[in-house]
Amino acid sequence: MERFRPVRSIAVPFARDNIDTDQILPARFLHLPRDADHGACLFRDLRGAPDFPLDRPQWQGARIALGGRNFACGSSRENAVWAMHGHGFRAVIAPSFGDIFAQNGLKNGLLPVRLPEATVAAMIARAEAEPSAELTVDLQAQQVIDADGVAHPFEIDPFARRCLLEGIDELAFTLSHEEEIAAFERRIGRENS
Amino acid sequence: MPTMFEKIWNRHRVLEREDGQTLLYVDRHLLHDGTAPAFEMLRARGAKLRAPDRAFATPDHYMPTDTRRVAEIANPELREMVASLTRNAAQEGFTLFGLDDARQGIVHVVGPEQGISQPGMLIVCGDSHTSTHGALGALAFGIGMTEVAHVLATQCLWQRKPRAMRITLEGRLGPGVTAKDMILHIIARIGTAGATGHVIEYAGPAVRALSMEARLTLCNMSIEAGARAGMVAPDETTFAYLQGRPYAPADWDRAVEGWRALRSDDDAVFDAEVTLDAAEIAPTVTWGTSPQEAIAVDGLVPDPAAEPDAARRAELTAMLDYMALHPGQALEGLAVDRVFIGSCTNGRLEDLRAAAAIAQGRRVADGLRAWVVPGSAPVKRAAEEEGLHRIFLDAGFEWREAGCSMCLGTNGEIGAPGERIAATSNRNFRGRQGPGVRTHLMSPAMAAAAAVTGRITDIRTL
Ligand code: SF4
Repeated sequence: MERFRPVRSIAVPFARDNIDTDQILPARFLHLPRDADHGACLFRDLRGAPDFPLDRPQWQGARIALGGRNFACGSSRENAVWAMHGHGFRAVIAPSFGDIFAQNGLKNGLLPVRLPEATVAAMIARAEAEPSAELTVDLQAQQVIDADGVAHPFEIDPFARRCLLEGIDELAFTLSHEEEIAAFERRIGRENS
Repeated sequence: MPTMFEKIWNRHRVLEREDGQTLLYVDRHLLHDGTAPAFEMLRARGAKLRAPDRAFATPDHYMPTDTRRVAEIANPELREMVASLTRNAAQEGFTLFGLDDARQGIVHVVGPEQGISQPGMLIVCGDSHTSTHGALGALAFGIGMTEVAHVLATQCLWQRKPRAMRITLEGRLGPGVTAKDMILHIIARIGTAGATGHVIEYAGPAVRALSMEARLTLCNMSIEAGARAGMVAPDETTFAYLQGRPYAPADWDRAVEGWRALRSDDDAVFDAEVTLDAAEIAPTVTWGTSPQEAIAVDGLVPDPAAEPDAARRAELTAMLDYMALHPGQALEGLAVDRVFIGSCTNGRLEDLRAAAAIAQGRRVADGLRAWVVPGSAPVKRAAEEEGLHRIFLDAGFEWREAGCSMCLGTNGEIGAPGERIAATSNRNFRGRQGPGVRTHLMSPAMAAAAAVTGRITDIRTL
């Protein structure tokens, strides 16, 4: 995984609540291999709709997405994260997320940032009114700096934060605890026999 | 005073991390034909499957349901999904119920059916509907692909402890009302984010009265309420269901004794409590593009004009538009183009019996396509032994092979744009059953009633 660096970018507003992972990556792209261009399939069935912001010229190149409540609920498909990341996004700011999506994001360099509903609503309004307004997501400092320079702190699991910042993955860490896992297996083996 | 969830959680703790996350040991890892990327990740690390005897696989998502022969899958990419699972099973040495195996089926139907899923276990699968297995009194939840690779390599998973929610259903269900209506009603009440961050324990007399298969339906859709997992405390119903299944414990009496102790203590404290009256639940049908947009079949779809919140108003308008419905329209009587009976929510034997009871002596409406897709090969066989397939075929339904089929359509089985489908599956998201398809979720009996009348119909009046 690449190291997560501060992201300074304009932000695309996906203003609806409960955007599900079937919208983010339709199921017919689920068989694509990991290294396929998932970004091209992002929100495929919503693209082209007049009110859908992703392909609008004013938001091209955005690396931050703004979402409504319960962003990316539904299926466990990690491909939805690959599609967001593949399209260029590195952070999604929303009041709340589908649980599995948030976990998947942390493991793939797509930072889910939870901010209060009113804060996100204001950011969405600003992005719609002034698409060139930039936000900065700073994981090191655990804050989002809005277009007016106001810092909004956010919470994140400290271990996930460290993994993202250092670009290390959880598996290597777990494998370093192999002895504890083996001991656990010996113990349950005894209990079961 | 722990809850059942806490008891199971505590039993699987290997170690804690400084940030409070827990490394949990996984008893059963279920795999399906969408898991290929996890094996690629495993190999990229040079790692091996740690505990092949704890992994069980079956192809379900990518196999068309009109054939059992991999070579007949026309699309080479889909064929490769199914074939790669077979290769991975051979290479890593885990158990595979392949297409030529009499035990094949949807992974969440197969686990309980074979007795692989048992009370007290920690069960994971790279699929959000893993919550199904919680019906047996297990802690079971879906994980992402990177987590699947982590479990393959370590047999463990890092988790932050979720909160505990209890949903109690008092009273009893009325005639014609099923576990599917119960869970749709619950989701409509608490919303698709109502249980986010929680594990739900379903309790109360109306839950106790449910059969094991109905409990599987109930727990299946916990994820649609935002929960990580759903569970029901094991009881005589659970034990009777599991006894004699191929993977049931050899030391049966001792196992049951342990399982009895799993239930939440009487003084257990839950982080959230919801109480509902089962008698108030009607046959329930979704009208919109989120599972929470469910109403009683004799109800009216909402009128956005009556909604004070502007964002919600816009959401309702967009859903009505997609679903081609008018504000305040009655659901009952709405014409449907297709019917899909199946999925891990409602593809078990009792579901097919309920649908067949409606289909018997009737005919599928003219111009309508109705599919029955058994949840597993054993379900299909058992249904045929009872003659259910005859009832369906005589009535004009198509009787298919076991798999996910139109629930997700990754095997190519999707509806046409604009089609309205009565479905027993679990998600009605835009495009879930194909671009532009309009899905109405309901119980198997209700879906069968829609098939024979050609319209959304209240089975209580059929
Ligand atoms: S039947 Fe549907 S929900 Fe269940 S595992 Fe298959 S695709 Fe997923």
